[in-house]
Amino acid sequence: MAAPMLRWVGRGRLWTFARVDGGSCHRRGAPTGSTSNRIRGQSSVAQQPLYTTQKPRKGEHKWAAVVGLEIHAQISSNSKLFSGSQVRFSAPPNSLVSFFDASLPGTLPVLNRRCVEAAVMTGLALNCHINKKSLFDRKHYFYADLPAGYQITQQRLPIAVNGSLTYGVCAGKKQSQVIPKTVRIKQIQLEQDSGKSLHDDLRSQTLIDLNRAGVGLLEVVLEPDLSCGEEAAAAVRELQLILQALGTSQANMAEGQLRVDANISVHHPGEPLGVRTEVKNLNSIRFLAKAIDYEIQRQIDELENGGEILNETRSFHHQLGCTMSMRDKEGKQDYRFMPEPNLPPLVLYDATSLPAGADPQQVINIDQIRETLPELPRVTRERLVQQYGMLLEHSFTLLNEVGLLEFFQNVIKETRAEPKKVTSWVLNTFLGYLKQQNLAVSESPVTPSALAELLDLLDSRTISSAAAKQVFEELWKGEGKTPGQIVSEKQLELMEDRGSLEQLCHSVMEAHPQVVMDLKEGNPRAINKLIGLVRKATQSRADPAMIKEILEKKLSS
Amino acid sequence: QSGSSLRIVSAALKQGQITPTELCQKCLSLIKKTKFLNAYITVSEEVALKQAEESEKRYKNGQSLGDLDGIPVAVKDNFSTSGIETTCASNMLKGYIPPYNATVVQKLLDQGALLMGKTNLDEFAMGSGSTDGVFGPVKNPWSYSKQYREKRKQNPHSKNEDSDWLITGGSSGGSAAAVSAFTCYAALGSDTGGSTRNPAAHCGLVGFKPSYGLVSRHGLIPLVNSMDVPGILTRCVDDAAIVLGALAGPDPKDSTTVHDPINKPFMLPSLADVSKLCIGIPKEYLVPELSSEVRSLWSKAADLFESEGAKVLEVSLPHTSYSIVCYHVLCTSEVASNMARFDGLQYGHRCDIDVSTEAMYAATRREGFNDVVRGRILSGNFFLLKENYENYFVKAQKVRRLIANDFVNAFNSGVDVLLTPTTLSEAVPYLEFIKEDNRTRSAQDDIFTQAVNMAGLPAVSIPVALSNQGLPIGLQFIGRAFCDQQLLTVAKWFEKQVQFPVIQLQELMDDCSAVLENEKLASVSLKQ
Repeated sequence: MAAPMLRWVGRGRLWTFARVDGGSCHRRGAPTGSTSNRIRGQSSVAQQPLYTTQKPRKGEHKWAAVVGLEIHAQISSNSKLFSGSQVRFSAPPNSLVSFFDASLPGTLPVLNRRCVEAAVMTGLALNCHINKKSLFDRKHYFYADLPAGYQITQQRLPIAVNGSLTYGVCAGKKQSQVIPKTVRIKQIQLEQDSGKSLHDDLRSQTLIDLNRAGVGLLEVVLEPDLSCGEEAAAAVRELQLILQALGTSQANMAEGQLRVDANISVHHPGEPLGVRTEVKNLNSIRFLAKAIDYEIQRQIDELENGGEILNETRSFHHQLGCTMSMRDKEGKQDYRFMPEPNLPPLVLYDATSLPAGADPQQVINIDQIRETLPELPRVTRERLVQQYGMLLEHSFTLLNEVGLLEFFQNVIKETRAEPKKVTSWVLNTFLGYLKQQNLAVSESPVTPSALAELLDLLDSRTISSAAAKQVFEELWKGEGKTPGQIVSEKQLELMEDRGSLEQLCHSVMEAHPQVVMDLKEGNPRAINKLIGLVRKATQSRADPAMIKEILEKKLSS
Repeated sequence: QSGSSLRIVSAALKQGQITPTELCQKCLSLIKKTKFLNAYITVSEEVALKQAEESEKRYKNGQSLGDLDGIPVAVKDNFSTSGIETTCASNMLKGYIPPYNATVVQKLLDQGALLMGKTNLDEFAMGSGSTDGVFGPVKNPWSYSKQYREKRKQNPHSKNEDSDWLITGGSSGGSAAAVSAFTCYAALGSDTGGSTRNPAAHCGLVGFKPSYGLVSRHGLIPLVNSMDVPGILTRCVDDAAIVLGALAGPDPKDSTTVHDPINKPFMLPSLADVSKLCIGIPKEYLVPELSSEVRSLWSKAADLFESEGAKVLEVSLPHTSYSIVCYHVLCTSEVASNMARFDGLQYGHRCDIDVSTEAMYAATRREGFNDVVRGRILSGNFFLLKENYENYFVKAQKVRRLIANDFVNAFNSGVDVLLTPTTLSEAVPYLEFIKEDNRTRSAQDDIFTQAVNMAGLPAVSIPVALSNQGLPIGLQFIGRAFCDQQLLTVAKWFEKQVQFPVIQLQELMDDCSAVLENEKLASVSLKQ
């Protein structure tokens, strides 16, 4: 069966910027130029990384992989694409089903304006040409969670075409450099989601939930400009950020609001493209990357061993980490496309074509939507780099983590500390703690205000950076104390009193005559040990430079 | 003026000469007496009586909802009716009770009409005889009319009359029989290729197909979405206009309805003069299969217009002959698609087989659909296959455009209304009809009506005269898109000229008081 089946795989957790374990993406050579003329903005185009099998043999060819994606994004809308039923995740089964959604005979589709606007907005954000006239078609197949026996989609003339998506992939030794790349967008089409089938193998029955049936989807079709899992993952992540910035889709993969099918083939560069397989229903970015890389390697191995690649649909088994044939198509599926006769052509207007006196409720004005486009992630990152002097890859990280940018901006707003300091604390300390405990930004025990206050204390030299780390650790416990309270309770202020510090140095020297002896006998490094001991005695509250100065003075006297 | 029309009985209700409940009961008793016609699949007696009671209250309080308040109507069983079984005369939908009303049904009810029941049809409206439904064929009331019986007595070859009953035509034959036998005052049919006009012609009724987009299809279980329109069957043109007035208008639930193309209400002026009219006679409609009687009536009708001062022109609709084959491709393709939802999962028939979902689908659909439906699904899927789509579906769409343009050209040449036959001949006996299969019959019988659906134009069949056998013959008027009112105005003038006789069913019914009383009522009202 070709119908999508959604299987839940647990919450995908905080996936960071495209970095794939064991990914074998090697870039080389200049841009191929085959696509560069059409692409706006960034100069880089997809290049084909070359694969080799694990044991290179003599005279062996290199392989290149070609990856194209079809991405289904659920439109964020109160109601479905062609009916007035509500759209809500995890509502009781079959509680959000109109007569049309259940395909009762005689019901007709009525197009949801919000969904059209979302498609136009997404198309504009992805540099697409918006078709002023688009058409709806029926795509037929029998499946239990497709009650009409067909899906209404836009096969012949979709709402948006010929766009591009610029994304970044990590490169360099430490994967710390970001290289911008572009993938062409073939089209964006409006279509209906299907319901969900739950297969109960024990009782050999299938349970159908139609809550999702008829929810509006944006199908974004990418040209096969990608060449590995990492690129695909980065492109999808960028698309996800764009959709979220636009508000056209919540694009939460764990809730099935963003689903990806990947078309994959391998060939020798310069030779015709290979037979492709389709890996369906990838519902986390990590699995997407893994599945693609696995499938590329599988195809190479298969071909190297004299086998052949079947044009088939495969699924990714996330526990085994491999793709498997779904064996669901008996021969080739013929969807018997036909124009949807119950929907007139979808006509959009712009400022020049808008008929005079048109009812604004009855028409959609592309130019008006263009004016409401929010700042896109790429622009946000450029702004961060310019405004705060951070590295581009830092801006990527800030945007990739859900809520991190907002957190960062709130800290910046409330602190006197330098932006670079804030960036470093947010990306290293704060994010490090989150990762370690597998928490989302929204689950953080430390609020932006608390971090801002802490950075202020640091900035005013009230505490040392070592003490600041200690305060942070205390804050992380989430006991509701402010940094100021923690500092005073734990007496973590810098020791400004030179007299008491001299006293402390004196006692340390007295307590460790051996070390003092060592030093005097010509081992200069022994002073570090003394400094360490003094710091420890001050609970890291003293400036190490001052300690050193006092110690040196005492030793030379 | 034909017998007891809706307009007249409506006046009687307003004047208190009869109450809605009395009227309802009379119709219910006629439904029982004419049960053998098989016009109704479901008689919604309780619903109708309750509606009559409410209507009666409104009349008593002086709050009548208008011309349709208290008027008994029937609805073809392919319109969804909330709480009332809607079968499409198919095993597939036996027992299916829709949870909502079709927009046209709701509009009738909102106007106070009484829903007498759901009428018989060919399964899923696929046919031209009303003979191919799972509840059996509909019998034409004219089979039992005095006019027809007397003619048959004169014919020495006539066999046993009881087995020699006539078909109604179709597929809205149940609705036609219901109106023709006085069991209601108006009925809804559907018209995809002539399914309202054809039985209207065979049953001596006015059968009106509105412009596509004028009347909502929401709730009409589709045959061909791009050609289906709800049709209206009445005993006179004025009645059709009253019903159209209640039904026409945009529906937010049907995106193919047009926003306010026509001024309401549909009051038809009485044309005093046709001298400014131009009537077109399409020469391609003069086909060899046309019976001489129909041909002669057609030509007489043209002469009538001419003699009254109208301009009568021969026009050409050159692509007419491709209509049947083009319709076949488009109809079966949409049928294949529309029928895909009947899989036994959500509603309707489900087989007992549960080895797999696929096996269940297959058996459910085999058991649920008759041969005609299955045959059309098969052809439709063939035409929609990737390899065939361009050669069949796309070509058929192009031909459809040419056919529609033929009409545009004719109207652009100055023609106001086209005049054509509705059917090749009068109604034939059932035993004669079933000698040919459904496909052949549909192709023959839709010949004059189908192109209109391709072009989305309004058309109406008007009963003209009785044939030598004493059976009704209708002629068709075709108008410009959304010029429904003009079309009906011309039809009304014509109706008045031809004075088509009232069906005489007295011999049929043991107790014909009901009909007679209605006729008395009519005469009372006319004197007012």
